[in-house]
Amino acid sequence: MIIHSIFFFIFSFIAIVSAIMVTASKNTVHSVFFLILDFISISCLFIMIGAEFLGMMMLIVYVGAVAVLFLFVVMMLNVSQQKNQWFASTISSAHIPMGLLISVIIFFEIIIVIAGWKYKPEILNSFPNSIDSEITNTHSIGYVLYTDYIHVFQISGIILLTAMIGAIVLTFRQRTGLKRQSYFKQITRERNESVELKDVESKKGVKIDV
Amino acid sequence: MIEYINILFSEIYKLLFLLIPLLTAVALIVWLDRRVWAFVQKRRGPNVVGPFGLFQSLADALKYMFKEIIIPASSNKTIFILAPIVTMTLALISWAVIPFSESFVIADINVGILYLFAVSSLGVYGIIMGGWASNSKYPFLGSIRSAAQMVSYEVSIGIIVINVLLCVGSLNLTDIVLAQKKIWFIIPLFPMFVIFFISALAETNRPPFDLPEAEAELVAGYQTEYSGMMYAMFWLGEYANILLMCAMGSILFLGGWLTPFNFFPFDQIPGPFWFILKILFLFILFALVKAIVPRYRYDQLMKLGWKIFLPFSLLWLVITASYLFYFNLLPVGQQ
Repeated sequence: MIIHSIFFFIFSFIAIVSAIMVTASKNTVHSVFFLILDFISISCLFIMIGAEFLGMMMLIVYVGAVAVLFLFVVMMLNVSQQKNQWFASTISSAHIPMGLLISVIIFFEIIIVIAGWKYKPEILNSFPNSIDSEITNTHSIGYVLYTDYIHVFQISGIILLTAMIGAIVLTFRQRTGLKRQSYFKQITRERNESVELKDVESKKGVKIDV
Repeated sequence: MIEYINILFSEIYKLLFLLIPLLTAVALIVWLDRRVWAFVQKRRGPNVVGPFGLFQSLADALKYMFKEIIIPASSNKTIFILAPIVTMTLALISWAVIPFSESFVIADINVGILYLFAVSSLGVYGIIMGGWASNSKYPFLGSIRSAAQMVSYEVSIGIIVINVLLCVGSLNLTDIVLAQKKIWFIIPLFPMFVIFFISALAETNRPPFDLPEAEAELVAGYQTEYSGMMYAMFWLGEYANILLMCAMGSILFLGGWLTPFNFFPFDQIPGPFWFILKILFLFILFALVKAIVPRYRYDQLMKLGWKIFLPFSLLWLVITASYLFYFNLLPVGQQ
C-alpha cells in the first residue's frame, strides 16, 4: 500500500498547489491551466479510491468541455492589460471579506459532513444502497440513479434544460439584413426565374434588385 | 517494495512493446497517407528514399531533428514548449487501453471507452495552448477554430458511443469487442458508423475539416510558429490520434480483433493481424477522403455538427433503445 499512499500524496499535493496557483498566478490564462491541472489531479484521486466512472466523468465534463470554454473566454480577454494582482489592488481586495465568508461556510459544511462519517459510523450504513464490491461502480451508480433517485435525476435534468434554454434566450438576438445560405433555395432555383434578358437603354442603365 | 519494482519493470517492458511499434507505424502511416493521396491525383508520391519510398518519414524526421527550434520572442515560452509535448503525450497514453487481442492489452480497465473519450477530448488543449502561446494572429485564429470544432464533434461522438454501449452493456473495450462475435455493429448501426467516421475526421482536424490549419486562410493554423522537432511532435501526435480514431472505429464497429471469416484458414490467424488490417482499412478511407473532398466552410462545419449529426444520432439512440427494449435484447445483468 505504500506506493498507493505515495501516489495519493503526490496527486493531492498537486491538487492543493494548483488550487492555490489558480488564485495566485498573475496571468489569467495560467490560472485556467492550473484549474485544469487541479481537475485532472482530482480525477486521479477519484480513480485511486476506485470510483473510476466519476473520475472519467470529471475528465470528460470538466476538463474536456467546461474548461475548454472557460479557456476560450479567458483567451479572448486582453490579458496583457488585465493582470491578476493578488491582494495588490483595492478593487480585488474589496472582495476578500465576502470570499472569506463563503469559504468559511463551505469549510464548516465539509467539517460537519466528515465529522458525521467519523463519529457516527452508522450514517454510512444507513444509506439505502450499501456499496457492493461485486459489481463495477458504473453499474452501481446506474442502479441507484435510475431506481431510487429517478425523480431527483429527472428534476436535475429539467433544471439543466431550463438553464440551457435561458442561456439561449439571453444571448439570442435576431439580426436583420443578414444574407443566409439556403440549400433548398439554391437547389430549387430554375433558369427561367433567375435569368432574365433586359433591353438596356443607352446612358440610362437598368435597376437591379438583389 | 521489490515486487512493486518488478511490476513496474514488467509494465515498462509492455509499454515499450507497444510504443516502439506504434511510433514506427506512425512513420509508415504518414508515408501511406502521402502515397494514397498521390495515387488519387495521378502522381507518384514519395518514392525515392528506400524501397517504394518507405523511409521517407525517417528522412523527414532526421531533417526536423537538425532544424533549429525557433521560439518567438513575444511568445509565452512555458506554454509554447508545453503544447507539442501535451499533444504527443495525449496521443500516446490513450493506446494503453486499446485491446489488440483478448490477452494483449496493457490496461484492461472497466471504463476503457470513457478513458478513450476523455483523452481524445483533452487533445484540444495541445492545439489551444500552441495557438495562444505563439502570440500571433493566425495561430490564435486556428486554435479558436479547432476548440469550437473539437468540442462540437465530441458531442456527436459521445452519443454514437452510447449507441454502441446500449448494445454491449459494458464500458470495457474487450467486452465491446466480444459482444460483436455474432454480428459486427457496423451492420445494425451502419448510419452511426458513417457519422462516427465523419466526426472522427473533424475530431482529428483532417480534411475536409482541417480548418484549424487551413493553409489558404491561416498559413498553417496553430503550427505556424513551430519549427524543428516541436513541429514534428505536433505532426506525430496528430497522426497517432488519427490511428487512435481508426482503432476506436474498428473496436466499436468492425469487431476489433475478431476474424471476419470464421472458418479454417482464417480463424488460425492471430487477432492483432485482423485488428491492424481493420485500422489500415479505415486509415486508407481517411487518406482517400483527404484526396477527394474539398474543404468545408466554417459555418457549414458547425451546421453539420450541431444541426444534422447531433439530432440524427439522438434519434438513432432512441431507435436503438426502443428496438432493444421491444425485442428484449437489452444486455441486462452483464457485469
